[in-house]
Parts: sequence; C-alpha cells; structure tokens
Amino acid sequence: MALQATEEQVLYANILNKGMLIGLLGLVITFIIYSTGILKPIIPLEEVQNYWVMPVNDYLHMSGIKTGWAWLGHLGKGDMLNLLPIAFLSLLTIVCYLAILPGFIRKKDTAYVLLAVAEVLVLVLAASGILKSGGH
Amino acid sequence: MLLKKLKTSKLLISLAVLSILFTVSTSVLASTEAAAGSVEAASAHAWWFWPLILFVLSFVLGVFAVLAGVGGGVLYVPIVSGFLPFHLDFVRGAGLIVALAGALAAGPGLLRKGMADLRLAIPMALIASACAIIGAMIGLALPTNIIQTLLGATILGIVVIMIKAKKSEFPDVPKSDSLSQALRITGVYHEPTINKDVAWKVHRTPMALGLFVVIGIMAGMFGLGAGWANVPVLNLLMGAPIKISVATSKFLLSITDTSAAWIYLNNGAVLPLMVAPSVVGIMLGSFIGVKVLAVTKPAIIRIMVIVVLGIAGLKALFKGLGIG
Repeated sequence: MALQATEEQVLYANILNKGMLIGLLGLVITFIIYSTGILKPIIPLEEVQNYWVMPVNDYLHMSGIKTGWAWLGHLGKGDMLNLLPIAFLSLLTIVCYLAILPGFIRKKDTAYVLLAVAEVLVLVLAASGILKSGGH
Repeated sequence: MLLKKLKTSKLLISLAVLSILFTVSTSVLASTEAAAGSVEAASAHAWWFWPLILFVLSFVLGVFAVLAGVGGGVLYVPIVSGFLPFHLDFVRGAGLIVALAGALAAGPGLLRKGMADLRLAIPMALIASACAIIGAMIGLALPTNIIQTLLGATILGIVVIMIKAKKSEFPDVPKSDSLSQALRITGVYHEPTINKDVAWKVHRTPMALGLFVVIGIMAGMFGLGAGWANVPVLNLLMGAPIKISVATSKFLLSITDTSAAWIYLNNGAVLPLMVAPSVVGIMLGSFIGVKVLAVTKPAIIRIMVIVVLGIAGLKALFKGLGIG
C-alpha cells in the first residue's frame, strides 16, 4: 500500500493537465475565430438558432452537415474548426491510457494491462464514428 | 471585536453575492422562458443572444454546483433543456462536454494527491464507458418525448437521492471481496482532519460493477454527469472512504463521459455555439464558487439547488408527457 500517488497516477495526471490546458485554450481561440467571422462557418451564425430548436436528425438533414469525422475535412470553416479542441479533449483519455499501459506491462500487472487495453478499444470504437444512432 | 466585524462583513458579502446570483439566475430563467415559447421568438434575436444567455446561466450553474456539492452536468441538462429553446439532443451533447471538461480539469489534482484512485477507477470506468455508448445510442434513437419523460423521472430520482442519501466518512469494510483482492484495489491516504493515515479497502465489487452498467447507460442517455450515482456506489456500497469516493467519481466521469461524448459528436449533436459558452461559463462559475464557498453556508444553497432541480425535473416530466 502506498501513501502517495502511484507512478501511473502521476503520469496520467501530468498528461491530463497539459492536454486539458491546451484543449481549453484551443476551445476559446477557435470560438473567437468562429464568432468573429475570421473563418466563415458552414452554417451562418444568424441561422444557427433556426437549427438548434430541432432534433439532431432534422438538423443534419436540413443543414447538409455530414456525421462522423467529416468535419475534419472542413477545418477552414469556423464552426468545424471549433470542433477540433472538443475532439482533442475527448481524445485525452485514450492518450493517458496508452501512456500508463507500459507501466502496467513492466510490472506484469496482467489484469490492469487487459483492463487498460479493453478501455482503449472501447474509446477508440466510440471515437471511430462507426456507431451510428438510428435517429428519432 | 475585529473578528466579529470581519465575520459580519464576510456574511454580508456572501449574502450580497448570493442575492446577485439568485436575481441573475431567476431573471435569466424568467426572460428566457418567455422568449423560448416558439421558434419564431428564438430566431428574432441576434445570433449572440442565446449563447450569451447560455454563458450567464452556465456561470451561475457553475457557482451553485460547487456550493451545493454537485456536478455541473446534472444541473445543466435539466435546467438548460427546461428553460432555454435548445433541443434536448444538443443540450445533452453540450452537457456531456461540460461534465467532461469539469472532470478533466479536476482529474490531475485529484490523481496527484492520491485522492482519486486509478486502481479503483479503471474497472468501474470500463463498464461505465462501454455502457455509456449504448446509453448514448439509445438516447439519440428514442423519440424526444420519451427521453424528456425519462429525464424528468431521473432528475426527480436524483432529487430524492440528494435529500436522502447519507455519507459515510470511513465505512466499515470487515473483509475485502475476492475480486477487489485480485485487482489489489486498496490504498492509504492522509486525512488532515484527524491527522492520520487512513488505510482503506473495498467489498461488494461485483455488485458495484453491475450498478455501473446502469450508471453508464443513464450517463450516456441523458448527457448527465453521474457523480450523483457514482459516489453512493463507491462510498455506501463498496465502502471506500467518502473523500476517495468523491475524488474517484469525479475522475471516473472523465472516462465515462468521453465515450458518450464521442457518440454525440459523431452523430452531429454537438454545436460549438452552445459548447464553448457553456464550458467557459461553468468553469469560471466553478472558480468563483470555490471562492464564495469560503464565506457562505452551503446547506442553504443545497436546499435551493434541490428545489430548482425538482422544478426542472417536473418541467421535463410534464413536457415529455405533453402536460401543460
């Protein structure tokens, strides 16, 4: 039993801390770019309020926005660029798990190696865009 | 004498801050509800009107969440979907990012101090995050009125949990179960209030893993943070000390909400014009909340939050059932 945080916890915390700061800063910067019109959005700012009142499937149908990672191909558009830091924040946990995995392997902590690998697979599956919702 | 004056001025400051916050929040809710009556009303405003309202409301929610000891996500989804014109799909998407950002921000400090325990979190997180994917997919597939009704019922359930749930500082765990022994889920932390190192272990791990199936599904389905459910399971069922439970729960959310957030993001239910003001607002609010916490009585705030959450829950329930 250890009184202090384990080696894995400190490593996880350090990556999370740096990633969180970068992600939040990115969110603010890209929002400024989006809201000031430096990069024109796919949906004009004045029209977004007509879309956010409807179910997501109607919004996708009427706006022509594609699901999955399609936004990555439109980073020149202000609204799509603003999704980049959100995706970055959502990727952080996968990076942290991959970083602590070698420590578990080195210690021959088989159960936690398997749990960490399984978690990475679950998160990669969620992030992959393969899983589509049936819609309302 | 000086001490008495200081105490009086602290009380006056806290009352003034709370009065301002309460006035702002109620006027925001009242004005937004009136304007949110129809799509036409919503589109009559400049583009920045609703994001600004969202920012102010998120800021107020951030302050109150800290004072009431609850996660921002659990207040955000029912209140924003109940009183602002955004569709529940986008509110849940933004709610997940709000809860995720809060958990990611708190995670490093809690891990470094050894309060959030990685060995306790990892098995629970695997179950919860896998089930949050299922919950998110169900949530985006079901008709809005059904989700709204279920959300209302869940919020009212959370209100009951908030009123009734007890906490156990150092639960008695006579013997750890075989699964937690195999996974070596145990630890020691320093408790400053008694100036002692407290050794802890857990029991009933298989039952807790079963409950995390339900917690994960609900977190994904409603876009709520799940601290309200995580903490009782870790503390009252498994027997982890309350401080370890609260910290590990907050860290757990960063993993559970990540998987659900991806489903909402990949299905188009994350609108940047809602997310950025919400995340920045709630984070600034949490920062101020920590400062206000030092000079106020959290018990009164907790009662206020429970009442507001109860009203939001009833509103969601009635909206879902088509009443009123």
